[in-house]
Amino acid sequence: MGTIGLALGQAAELIVGLDSQLVRIVGLSVGVSLSAVLIATLIGLPMGATIAVARFPGRQAAIVLLNALLGLPAVVVGLLVYLLLSRAGPLGELGILFTPAAMIFAQSVLVTPIIVAFSRQAIEDAWREYEEQLNSLGAGPLQAALTLLWDCRFSLLTTVLAGFGRAVAEVGTVMIVGGNIDGVTRVMTTAIALETSKGDLALALALGIILMGLVLTLNATAHGIIGIAKRRYG
Amino acid sequence: MGEATIRAPSTLLPLRLEAVSFEAGGQRIIDSISLEIGQGGLTVILGPNGAGKSVLMRLCHGLLTPSSGRVIWSLPQPSNGRRRQAMVFQRPVMLRRSALANVAYGLKLAGIGPRERHARALKAIAGVGLAKLAGRSARVLSGGEQQRVALARAWALEPEVLFLDEPTANLDPSATREVESAIAGIGAAGTKIIMVTHDLGVAKRLGDEIIFIHNGRILERSGAEMFFSGVSSCEAAAFIKGELL
Repeated sequence: MGTIGLALGQAAELIVGLDSQLVRIVGLSVGVSLSAVLIATLIGLPMGATIAVARFPGRQAAIVLLNALLGLPAVVVGLLVYLLLSRAGPLGELGILFTPAAMIFAQSVLVTPIIVAFSRQAIEDAWREYEEQLNSLGAGPLQAALTLLWDCRFSLLTTVLAGFGRAVAEVGTVMIVGGNIDGVTRVMTTAIALETSKGDLALALALGIILMGLVLTLNATAHGIIGIAKRRYG
Repeated sequence: MGEATIRAPSTLLPLRLEAVSFEAGGQRIIDSISLEIGQGGLTVILGPNGAGKSVLMRLCHGLLTPSSGRVIWSLPQPSNGRRRQAMVFQRPVMLRRSALANVAYGLKLAGIGPRERHARALKAIAGVGLAKLAGRSARVLSGGEQQRVALARAWALEPEVLFLDEPTANLDPSATREVESAIAGIGAAGTKIIMVTHDLGVAKRLGDEIIFIHNGRILERSGAEMFFSGVSSCEAAAFIKGELL
């Protein structure tokens, strides 16, 4: 109890004093995960909208696969991306293994299925409601897609937030493809793992508190957005 | 004054159906209906639930394609939004934006420029008595108000023909009254209205002409007064008496 209390006190000092190592780690974490979510969103939203609206053979199988990919273990994604990016791998030429770029790549792979699956669900529900009306008004496929994306904007935003939450809190992929190199690829989760094993509880706890705060804020924001949107827009 | 007014026929009507049938899932929902609907008056397509009324209307509007037979308008129908006929559904579909923006949305799809769009949307929304609620989010309006926004959205397109599919089926009496008066106003302004209903009261209050259909066939067609004073088919007579068909 005494050790933990002491560590908590030191953690608070690190946070309040904006310790430079702490700030660097948090900054890299947020930067990597935001980039990954941006990429995943750019790929995921059009894919989700297409699967929601288009009818093609194998669509049901695609949906089942997508939903299965939601539970994709981060370490497996890490392993696959590692194989892709390693010297002998197909993308070895890029030479980005153990850099933040590799971490962004891996996290995008992890988050894209989340964006696709959730946006597909939201847009498909809206399409079921809107289809006849939009056809009646003469909307073409592109206009219909844009209308659906705009009308689902709140649930899509919470989907993106959920994706960010998943990315920033995962440890498996960034550990494998980033390598947890001090000052280069060390992010919150990998730092917590390392510092805990080293016994440096203060930094681990400080990072843990920040990570928890971040995830809580994200969830509260998503909750708030949905609530306000429901009240204001129905 | 006095510019030449001789023009090529520029009206959509009459609408002609030639032996139109529609099948879905092995079931014949519309059974070889031939029909001509001309200008003037409000035409009610009346019949019990499951008679095929809504399907018939979607075939006319172009949302469904007949399994056989033809739907012929007197003018060719462009495939984009600039059609001269519109439809309002039983359950109004409101986009997540203001009532006014919902009306303007239809005009935008029809290729109307921003300034004219705004003016026409305002006029239409005032026309259904909702000027005060124009800025409100459409999806938080009451059912009757939403249905009037839907009417305004269709009406703003200045259609020559307006299809209404049970527009008051989900509404309470006072909302029904407001929607019916909006419909009457649109009809009085010169739009041909073709309305589907299973509600005798609505048919009596609004209809000038009744087309009675049952099991995908037309059993009776006559002026509203004639229809309610004496019909020839026993199904129509039973329906008027309130018996279940």
